[in-house]
Formats: sequence, structure tokens, C-alpha cells
Amino acid sequence: MSGTAWKYGDNVDTDVIIPARYLNVSTPNELAQHCMEDVSPGFVGSVRPGDVIVAGENFGCGSSREHAPLAIKASGVACVVASSFARIFYRNAINTGLPILECPEVVQDTEQGDQLRVDLEAGTIRNLRTQQTYHTSPFPPFIMRIMECGGLIPFTRQRLGGAERSSIDTGEGPGD
Amino acid sequence: MPHTIAEKILADHLKDSGRDAPSEPERELWPGDLVEVAVDVVLANDVTAPIAIREFANLGVDRVFDPSRVVMVADHFVPNKDIKSAEQCRVMREFARSQELVHYYDVGRMGIEHVLLPEQGLVVSGDVVVGADSHTCTYGAVGAFATGMGSTDIAVAMATGQIWMRVPETIQVVYHGELRPWVGGKDLILFTIGQIGVSGALYKALEFSGPAMEGLSMAGRFTMSNMAIEAGAKVGLFQTDEMTCSYLDARAARPYVKYKADSAATYSQVLEIDVGLVEPQVAFPYSPDNARPVGEADDVVIDQVVIGSCTNGRLEDLRVAAEVMKGHQVHSNVRCIVIPGTQRVYTEALREGLLEVFVEAGAAVSTPTCGPCLGGHMGVLAAGERAVSTTNRNFRGRMGHPDSEVYLAGPAVAAASAVKGRITGPEEVLLQAR
Repeated sequence: MSGTAWKYGDNVDTDVIIPARYLNVSTPNELAQHCMEDVSPGFVGSVRPGDVIVAGENFGCGSSREHAPLAIKASGVACVVASSFARIFYRNAINTGLPILECPEVVQDTEQGDQLRVDLEAGTIRNLRTQQTYHTSPFPPFIMRIMECGGLIPFTRQRLGGAERSSIDTGEGPGD
Repeated sequence: MPHTIAEKILADHLKDSGRDAPSEPERELWPGDLVEVAVDVVLANDVTAPIAIREFANLGVDRVFDPSRVVMVADHFVPNKDIKSAEQCRVMREFARSQELVHYYDVGRMGIEHVLLPEQGLVVSGDVVVGADSHTCTYGAVGAFATGMGSTDIAVAMATGQIWMRVPETIQVVYHGELRPWVGGKDLILFTIGQIGVSGALYKALEFSGPAMEGLSMAGRFTMSNMAIEAGAKVGLFQTDEMTCSYLDARAARPYVKYKADSAATYSQVLEIDVGLVEPQVAFPYSPDNARPVGEADDVVIDQVVIGSCTNGRLEDLRVAAEVMKGHQVHSNVRCIVIPGTQRVYTEALREGLLEVFVEAGAAVSTPTCGPCLGGHMGVLAAGERAVSTTNRNFRGRMGHPDSEVYLAGPAVAAASAVKGRITGPEEVLLQAR
């Protein structure tokens, strides 16, 4: 998939991803109507399916609101690439099936409006302007399994069904 | 091998060992391990519970794992601020009733969750607590491994009584020296976050220790643990000492386990802070790590003051604010809103005459609610307005319009600023004739 990069700085907090004044609803499509509006008023009207949010350190810091990844996903964003993620957002994105990738090099080299091609399975990102390709470090196997199931609910449902009772593999990489 | 508090508590909660199988050999955990642990308490509120309940239904499970250990509190947008909020509260209320939750708190009996749960003795030392609210880390003050998560994690924890965790590295913060007058837990944690930054403890645990912590009140400890998340931390832990035990013994309905870190435990970083050098702090917009001594904020004129929240809504906080405000008037250009954290805090503040001090000074006193802290209701800011607030976040738009500003401070600075109409420390007010 490929799309336009929406570039942001460090410490993008969940209050600007989805302001609390809209948390009186919890349906993803309603939340998406206000995604990023306090820092990026043009985002909602211009974002297209397949676009990519590219941000610096500590993306998604602050509140635990799962409304944040739900709003981003429902707005059509295909993937968030950041230098690092706040730990609750990291879990929430994996649990709700919003693709995320950690790659400081991409963040450093990407400009607003660049076209990025993301291959989630291969963990690669290609910037079509610079023709540069980047490789991201893989997720720990346990987290990969949650992502492959489409999120924590299908993953847990499968386990509760007795299909799998194995313990967690310890792996390297960013955790929760 | 020597371990941190976080490693010890998680090891004792491994799902295949610990309490149910005491004969099993002790298992050690190290930072980076991914584990599944048993949870003692699961928490959600009126904003996060509706999604958790939806996902719980998607799991295909009928009953929560233990109705006495799933706690739900209506605190964010209550008393219902609008029809949509009322609908969300109804979803939570109906779930709580149908699941026969023992600890469900609604208007008139509720409190701000992180003031309420410790007060009611629902969270104790040695617990693993997961809550769909980022300030769940508050319970680190009573020695609980308590951490915020999203609604889907909470749905799974409600269903299974278990959660996956990555064992965190720990940063030890050691506080020495004597506190200056009017410096409390809020000033110490703002100063600390100012030192390490909002991502300084990302994915990690904070351990607050040192001689200056031994004398810090439980209220001060709750304030510090509460804001661990503002440095990106997963938990903000205190060692369980005599003060913790006397607090818990007066409240806890369950036995508890005391933990302390081994002196040879491995820390990813050790930070030493001389509290004698810490002045009352103010965190400028738009980040909690933008902390400066109150003297640097002297020319900031304000429109609103909020005293309360899960950070500073305890009786001790209200006492400090009342001590400063007593006999004075809130500045004519300022709206001051005081919000006791729970019904019990409200009652005790009433009995002590604190609420009378606030009302006579021209402040509004509210029933417990998170309301203004997140720009929900009960004190939303207009464009260009500035507030001093004892809450925990000053992100853009946090308390209302994206062009409004929030300055974070402790109750002494907040009360003094309410009187003067600009940001100032308490000395200036106390020197002034009443």
C-alpha cells in the first residue's frame, strides 16, 4: 500500500489525536470526524485511505483512551510510523489492529506530503520521493501473533476456545 | 538474585505460579521478559468502560472473572454533562448491574477513581492493578504494580483475570534533604518530570525512594505516583513502609504483601534529587515537563483556577489550599473551582470548615468529577484563557479551546494565584493583611 505522509513532531498526545470533548461517543467513525483537529485542522478533510502518519518520539502519550487508535484507523490511515510510541498507545494499536512501525530513520528523512509505500509483512517502508527503502525491526513473536490474529480480541477468543494454550515467547524489541 | 519492586511483584503474579502453587520454585523475572500475570483489580470508568464492554461482548464470555475485583466508577463526565454522556453511563451501569459488580460507584457515592479506590481499601500493597485510565499508576503509592491500559486490554482482563506484560526496566529516583515551606508531592514530581522529560521513563518503572520520601504524606505519595505516566512510565512505585501500612490497615479489606527493592537491584538509571533545592513548581503549557520555579511565572495573568483531581483532590490538598485562601477573596477576574476527590473527602472538608473557607472566598465547590481536567465540563476554557490547575496535564486543548493554556501547580500555588489573579506563590498572599 502507499499513501501520503502526514508529518508531526515529538510527543503527539492522545488529547490532540482525539480531544476529550468528543469522548462522549465511542464509535470509530464518529471519532474519526475529529481526529487531529486541534493540531491539524485540515487533516479530517484531506486524509485519504492508505495515508501514513509519521511522527517523532513518544507518539500517543498521555491518556489511555483507545479512542485515539480507533479514530486514526477509522480516518483511513494505514499505518503510523514513529521514532517511538508511548506504551499505552503501543498496546492499544496492536490490540485494535492499527498497524504501527518504529523507525527513527524514516521519521528523520520524511517530509510532509511525501509518498510512502509500506509493506507491513516485510516491515519495509519506501519513500517514493527519495527512492530510499527502510527496514524496521520485527516485533516480538508473541506480539506478532496478536497482530496476525487481527488484534487482542480475536487472539484471546482463539485461545479461550482451546486452540492454543502455549505460553508467551520472550522476544526482543519494544514492549508495552 | 537482587530485584526491583516491579520485578518482584510481577514474578509473584505469574499465572502458573505464585499464590495458588506455593510449593513451586520461585521464578525470577528480568526486564524485557514478556509474561502473563494474574490481576488483583481491574478498573474502568464512564469514558473507557463502554468500549471495554463492547469488546468483552466480542470475546463471547458471559461473566467477568470475579465480580468483586472488577471496579467501575462513573467519574469523567458525571453528573452527566450531556445526552451522549448519559448514554455511555447507562451502558456501564447496566453492565455493572447485570454482572453484579460489588464495587460500582455512581453519582452521590462515587469519587474520582484514583482518590476513591485507595480510600475504600480496594487496592493494596503487592497487587497487580490494571485500569482503563492512564492515571491508574496512582496506586504505586500503596505499593501496587498499577498501570493504565486501553479498553481492549481491560476487556480481556475482565474476562480472564490475566494480562500480558513486558517486565519493565526501573529508574530509581532518590530524594534527599529537607523540603522547603509549601513544597509538596506535586512540586517534587513536576521537578522530576522536568529533569527527565515526558518520555524519560518510557516503557519503564519509576521507583521513588530516599530519606525525603519517608516523611512524605500518603497524599503526597499518591500525587507523585499519579504523574509517573507524565514521564512515560508504566508504574511509579513506593516501597511499603510504616506509613503505607498504617494507611492500609485502616482501610484494606484484604491481606497485603509488603515489597521493597533489594539494595543490589539493577536500575537502568539512578537519579539523585536534593529536595532542599526544589521551589514550588509551575509547569508551563503545553507539556508537564515544562516545569519552572513559581517565581518565573510571576507575570502570567489568569482567568481560572482548578483545585482538585486525581492528582490533588485529597483532604490534605484542600487543607493546604484553605490555609492559603482563608480570609482572602478570589480575585475578581478569576473563577476558582474546588473539587473534593470523593464523597468522604467532601464530608471531611465540610466538617473541618474548609468548604466554608472556599465558598466565602468566592470559589465554586463541586461534587466530585474529573470534569475540567480533561475539558469535559465544570470549567471549560475559552480561546485565549489561562488556568492554573492542580491537575496533571497541560497539553494543547486539554481544558477546552486549543488556544487556551493550562499551568500545572500544587494546591498552595493554585490557591495563592486564585487570590492574586496571576501566578504566584503562597508567601505573597500570607504576607498580605487579611
